[in-house]
Amino acid sequence: MSTGTAPSLTENIAPVAAGGHVIAANWLKHTAAFSTSDGTVILARDGDSHRVEAHPDAGLLVAAGDGERLVTGGDDGRVAVTGQDGSTKTLAETKGAWIDSLALSPGGAFAYAAGKRVFSRDHRGSEKTLEVTSTARGLAFAPKGYRLAISHYNGATLWFPNVEGKPENLEWKGSHLDIVWSPDARFVITSMQENALHGWRLQPDKGHMRMSGYPSKTRSMSWSHDGKWLATSGAEAAIVWPFESKEGPMGKAPRECGVRPAKVSRVAFHPNTYVLAVAYEDGCILLIRLVDASEILVRPATPDSGVTALAWDGRGQRLAFGCEDGQAGVLTLPT
Amino acid sequence: MSDKIPVTVLTGYLGAGKTTLLNRILTEEHGKRYAVIVNEFGEIGIDNELVVGADEEVFEMNNGCICCTVRGDLIRILDGLMKRKGKFDAVIVETTGLADPAPVAQTFFMDQDVSDAARLDAVVTVADAKWLSDRLKDAPEAKNQIAFADVIILNKIDLVSEKELEEVEARIRAINPYAKLHRTQNCALPISDVLDRNAFDLDRIIEIEPNFLEDAHHHHDEEMQSVSVKVDGEVDPEKFMPWISNLTQVEGPNILRCKGIVAFPNEPKRFVFQGVHMILDGDVQGDWKPGEKRDSKVVFIGRNLNENAIREGFLSTVA
Repeated sequence: MSTGTAPSLTENIAPVAAGGHVIAANWLKHTAAFSTSDGTVILARDGDSHRVEAHPDAGLLVAAGDGERLVTGGDDGRVAVTGQDGSTKTLAETKGAWIDSLALSPGGAFAYAAGKRVFSRDHRGSEKTLEVTSTARGLAFAPKGYRLAISHYNGATLWFPNVEGKPENLEWKGSHLDIVWSPDARFVITSMQENALHGWRLQPDKGHMRMSGYPSKTRSMSWSHDGKWLATSGAEAAIVWPFESKEGPMGKAPRECGVRPAKVSRVAFHPNTYVLAVAYEDGCILLIRLVDASEILVRPATPDSGVTALAWDGRGQRLAFGCEDGQAGVLTLPT
Repeated sequence: MSDKIPVTVLTGYLGAGKTTLLNRILTEEHGKRYAVIVNEFGEIGIDNELVVGADEEVFEMNNGCICCTVRGDLIRILDGLMKRKGKFDAVIVETTGLADPAPVAQTFFMDQDVSDAARLDAVVTVADAKWLSDRLKDAPEAKNQIAFADVIILNKIDLVSEKELEEVEARIRAINPYAKLHRTQNCALPISDVLDRNAFDLDRIIEIEPNFLEDAHHHHDEEMQSVSVKVDGEVDPEKFMPWISNLTQVEGPNILRCKGIVAFPNEPKRFVFQGVHMILDGDVQGDWKPGEKRDSKVVFIGRNLNENAIREGFLSTVA
């Protein structure tokens, strides 16, 4: 149980007024980008902030970043790209559909879904389309190579957009929501409607992994830098699954970090140490060191200000967060 | 009341007038903003409302219960809409003419995120006065929609005689004697008859009286019927709770809707419940008034219900 006497970094936060429900926080080099539900992206750097209308008069539903560019999808059927200089333009457009899933690849490709149709555009601009069996919910590019994982009802699909031939189907009954690859590409994990995670071991045996026991849906997953741990939201603690062994977490108990009387809404592993940022529906944010479970308070519980977005910068010096009521901020770690 | 967003579900067989009703709701001067979830774009004459296209995707829940289905698209869309709270006051979901209302309704009980943010207000079914009787014979979807409804709008009454109208109303009442029924032409009726009904709110289930027609016509639907049983007095919760829970588990696939108000001994409040297929929602609500008769009453609407078994089962729970 966390106590009020934990060391605190609350003085190291620079607040940002995002205005609307923060959908996502991302870093564009040294600029924090907060995407809000009312279509605006707030770019914050060194105490200054700048508002960009990425989806004018529309709702922004999803955002993804690769450190250079921020790509957002909206209920206007548009995919927009915003740079750290505040420039924004339309990257793709579909009529009459919500864009609520997106993915960027380290190699410069991007993918988005509109209903059952998934569009993937490689770094040269060549676009391919795939129709999956039901609405595509989650999209994630493999860590290496141009391969996309798509979650949907009754499983997931692994697709090489630039390779002719049938995509690979990973079957498991039920509605799959978000999807992630492990950093070594051995595992694909989805969160499910039934308050559980499902995983497929791609190597060596195509085994299934069930990770259940959550009191609510998991909507945030984060890998440790070395891929040995997967932190997840959805319980009244961050549930951290061990992935060191070839079999994955099967038969092993997960770690529970930061047990508090509020549900964890977002998790984000530090990019190069075993420190986990854990954010809660009651607005609290903690940093937790995995080795000894020691905790540092970043933000105290704040009424009606549940945390909805959390992201470390590339070097792990700053942590950006955003909340349902439009509050946001950037924590700078003391050096 | 809670600050949950009310959601009205509009159903009705093809051509009954759902879009007419929807346009009427949206064009009326009501000062409210609606988010509308539709299956087909194009026919809605309004562009300042938030209109969302949906593919009706019915998902089975992975819990071994065959009738526990939800609308996956609705969960996804409501999740997106709830991040724009303040932009609209209520949500209207228009289903396709062939849709079963149950998965829509069950979404509000099965999905925690949806039930935290939104509440099902009512299922409103638009029926074509001229063709409904035929559809009840050949279209199981039409029958489901009537059986499921809290509000039934019997539309296009100008196309039939008074006698035909009584005939079709009797057919409706044979399936669902509890819904509010309105006769309309071009779906013209006060919007308050359609919206803000609180039909699924246990607080508002204060009485359940069937609207049987005084008329001598008696129709019996072979397949779909309602069963209501009344006990002049109290029931024993130790017997009643296992009975109702077992009945909805075993007969759940056949029971479309159920409701009840029952009196427990030494309990100053009424026990009120309502359900959709296997999902039951119940609580003690509101005091019995001084001098009020502490009766117990249950109602089931469903397919091929065994009336005698339900009656005997309920009577065996008498305190």
